[in-house]
Amino acid sequence: MEIAKRVQQLAPSGIRAFFDLVLNMKDVISLGVGEPDFVTPWHIREKAIYTLEKGYTSYTSNKGMPELRKHVVHFLKNRHGLSYHYDEEILITVGVSEGLDLAVRAIVNPGDQILIPEPSYVSYGPVVDLAGGKPVFLKTTIENRFKLTSEQIDQACKRGSRKIKGLLINYPANPTGASYTKAELKELARVIKKHNLIVISDEIYDELTFDFDHTPFATIEGMKKQVIYLNGFSKAYAMTGFRIGWACGPREVIAAMTKIHQYTMLCASITAQMAAEEALKSGFRDTQEMKREYARRRRYIVDALNEIGLTCHKPEGAFYVFPSIESTGQKALDFAKNLLQKKKVALVPGVAFGSSCEGYVRISYASSYDNLKEAMARIKNYLGK
Amino acid sequence: MDEILEILTKDARMTAEDVAKLTGKSVGAVKKAIQQYEKNGVIVQYKTVINHDLMRDTNSFVRALIEVNITPQKNVGFDSIAERIYGFPEVKSCYLVSGTYDLLVVVEGENIQMVANFIASKLAPMENVRGTTTHFLLKKYKEDGHILKKSNHRKTLNISY
Repeated sequence: MEIAKRVQQLAPSGIRAFFDLVLNMKDVISLGVGEPDFVTPWHIREKAIYTLEKGYTSYTSNKGMPELRKHVVHFLKNRHGLSYHYDEEILITVGVSEGLDLAVRAIVNPGDQILIPEPSYVSYGPVVDLAGGKPVFLKTTIENRFKLTSEQIDQACKRGSRKIKGLLINYPANPTGASYTKAELKELARVIKKHNLIVISDEIYDELTFDFDHTPFATIEGMKKQVIYLNGFSKAYAMTGFRIGWACGPREVIAAMTKIHQYTMLCASITAQMAAEEALKSGFRDTQEMKREYARRRRYIVDALNEIGLTCHKPEGAFYVFPSIESTGQKALDFAKNLLQKKKVALVPGVAFGSSCEGYVRISYASSYDNLKEAMARIKNYLGK
Repeated sequence: MDEILEILTKDARMTAEDVAKLTGKSVGAVKKAIQQYEKNGVIVQYKTVINHDLMRDTNSFVRALIEVNITPQKNVGFDSIAERIYGFPEVKSCYLVSGTYDLLVVVEGENIQMVANFIASKLAPMENVRGTTTHFLLKKYKEDGHILKKSNHRKTLNISY
């Protein structure tokens, strides 16, 4: 069967083969996991079970159940002072992944350019490509703690022959853990407003911000009308498998996204929606407890990596560190393969997150302290130290 | 709760070095804090949680919860009689509770006879004990926050974005 060119052109590359190798290997200590090692808190799982017992197995409104939308809106108001109308400015999505796809498809015309800081989450480029747009990657560096600068945005907008439509940003970021303070966001907002860009802001790791309070992009003065705010339950509540999230934004863009969503997805699963409602109602304590645990592991892993000569900055959020492996003289993919085969430790080569990320690896510390300790000992041993 | 205690509550095997790495405190400071907790009795003991149901040795293990009604005494209330009861090594826990009885006593023994014998000969005849109701434990599901059923830990993928 002939596959569409657009799909054929999506990059699988050497990373795919490496992933398959890891997935099929037994007894690996994995620091390659992009999800919490906690199981969903029991009260949330129990709610999901209860709704199934009660027979809640139908479709819901395309936009998501009104109760859940109201709860999200209420939560955003309380937590961040952010106001959205529950019926017009929010859409319940099948995880942030779907929200991202909808947002991009809702705003991108063929050939439109979207700025994406690199290293970036793996789906950003392909989602823009699939929508017929063109991703423009802006390389961030360890010297600037992997943060995008307003000059980079400004220069890209001046350089581009075509108009740049928007910026796709994720903070705290997968894979670098980089995040932005309110002051830093204000500075980005200055040039964003100047060039009238739409911001698609993926803030799925927001509750895992360690060194300062997380600031949603939409709360920066004058930005709300230009921001599509994406978030969900996967990381804060350890609910990855439920596939549930939300998108908030100006009514016209939410209406456009809802239009695509109703034809392609119909609605998010009712079980997940009801579990998510429970998470918002009484899950805040769980999120804080998990955050404290991650914060401790972050402290350990950053010190441990620097100690064995893998230079690593202390990321502000998420559960990843992004150390440089330059001192080993190896390519990221070779390093990852050798480490896996010789010491049975899995991690993700930086090149998975962009061509400019050679020389780095992503280490997830969503793993128990015992595992982290053992993995560090093995890496140290592998490096001959 | 202090972070040091939070860590040790989850895993008492954590060394002062481990705790220091996780909290960013110096090893010396952690050691000092732990010693202080031990000295002033905040940290009582370091123990291992064992699921006796899974042990294959011959010595079985019986545990009973006993509701004890007592007559409080002038000036000392329940304390002095409680002290007489919890002094027995068979008594693993002893709580003063509100409700229809006064003391909840947890007694352990190698078999039913030993526990029954303790109640009949030691606990029930005690002066000021007005009555006891004994509940033998049939199955332990969860203890001190630990679910005792060996769980099939959920499978996450070895690697994911």
